Amino acid sequence: MNHKKEIAAKYIFMFFALASILAVALISIFIFAGGMPALKEIGIIEFVFGTKWKPTAATPYYGIASMIVGSLLITLGAVVIGVPVGIFSAVFISNFCPDRLYKVINPAVNLLAGIPSVIYGFFGIVIIVPFVRNVFGGNGNSILAASILLGIMILPTVVSVSQSALRAVPSHYYEGALALGATKEQAVFKVVLPAAKSGVLAGVILGIGRSIGETMAVQMVAGNQPRITFDMTKGIRTMTTNIVLEMAEAADLHRSALIATGALLFLFILMINSLFFVLKRRMNSEH
Amino acid sequence: MNKFEINNLDLYYGNFHALKNINMHIKPNTVTAFIGPSGCGKSTFLRTLNRMNDLVEGCRITGEVLMDGKNVYHNTDVNLLRKNVGMVFQKPNPFPMSVYNNIAYGPRTHGITKKAQLDEIVEKSLRDAAIWDEVKDRLHKSAMGLSGGQQQRLCIARALAVKPQVLLMDEPTSALDPISTAKVEDLVMELKKDYTIVMVTHNMQQAMRASDETAFFLLGEMIEKAPTGKLFSMPQDKRCEDYITGRFG
Repeated sequence: MNHKKEIAAKYIFMFFALASILAVALISIFIFAGGMPALKEIGIIEFVFGTKWKPTAATPYYGIASMIVGSLLITLGAVVIGVPVGIFSAVFISNFCPDRLYKVINPAVNLLAGIPSVIYGFFGIVIIVPFVRNVFGGNGNSILAASILLGIMILPTVVSVSQSALRAVPSHYYEGALALGATKEQAVFKVVLPAAKSGVLAGVILGIGRSIGETMAVQMVAGNQPRITFDMTKGIRTMTTNIVLEMAEAADLHRSALIATGALLFLFILMINSLFFVLKRRMNSEH
Repeated sequence: MNKFEINNLDLYYGNFHALKNINMHIKPNTVTAFIGPSGCGKSTFLRTLNRMNDLVEGCRITGEVLMDGKNVYHNTDVNLLRKNVGMVFQKPNPFPMSVYNNIAYGPRTHGITKKAQLDEIVEKSLRDAAIWDEVKDRLHKSAMGLSGGQQQRLCIARALAVKPQVLLMDEPTSALDPISTAKVEDLVMELKKDYTIVMVTHNMQQAMRASDETAFFLLGEMIEKAPTGKLFSMPQDKRCEDYITGRFG
């Protein structure tokens, strides 16, 4: 009797464990199957490298190169802005922060991760967009505004992953450096931080994933024009915002092209996540 | 002149009285061994000499530690002190970087940036630590790939690279196999020509083989210190005799 119960329990748990795998599999199938017709009809090259996106014109164009550039530019900007701040915060929190301050800072950083992205979007509209408009010109809805906003949004990811990597560095590295006459700063930046570099890099990668997939907040501040520009004060459209802006009115090929955009985004995320797992494994084998 | 003079040293961890009224002189270019059962304070005492106990929260020290006549707990640049008083730890702790960068870390920290000069220091330190021949072909590979014994000699080389006057060794061979242990002991005898060496050891044979003077610690007190041969053949204190004849510990 007991034995049967155990077997039953095992399969029930297995079913639930498989549920998430099933979800990933279903999403992959849906997104690639849904995007396939568009890729076939438009052609992969034309779709990925085409610079014109005019799905409703008399002769429609379905090129998402500008959105790919948009996603990459905004993400790059977010990394440039968010990563240094995040790493320095993590170093401070793990090595310099007095215990009492830690009890305030750590929950604050975690709370940052819990704020809904639409709230970030409001913050962007009210604070960042006018700031960019007043300081750098243009109308404010821009690559720069989106980058600043995403730079803030990836902070909790970068900080918490880097911080745990820094804390995992054995204290005998730190002591070894001090015993050579290094100051605390020299020990932390030249020994502890390099020893944690895989973990810190993993945090950055995860931040990139978060940034490239963010939709709502970006849509609210990025301007959303489907064009290629490298002027940080001009607006641009990302792959994510392209989907959310047009999905409601799209049909047939247009709809399929949007799903294909999603498929490409999905590929990006898959690559980023594999990189993250490789780095994480390397980090675990290092110490 | 003595390298170290320790007068009336007491050390507390919070309320715990870890070292009780230690008085000791350490001569230059000698090897001094500290022996005693676990928890007797010998490692703690070793760490007062380069102020590594400063890292321990709630640690309080009274009395004086004079190095070359100057109190290291009074108006001393701690980083300079630690440069002059190098330390080798119980568990080999090479940094997770290349052999070369491990050795160059200390000199770079103290402002040496010229490649030629660093190359010279790296080679000399590795030669002095008797590990040059084993690593010269893999200077730019990770130090983590070395064996435990090699890692420990690398750590000794790393300590030598900042040109210290004193070398503190905290049970440097307790994690090593007998052959590596013998190499480190040979090295210690070689190094005392140029450095003053103070080592903590659990191994009484090691103290007999490698040291000139031996101090016996028990429950935070220094019970007896004498030239090594004398301490082991004619211990003056009953507790010391009991310990070295294996009656406890």
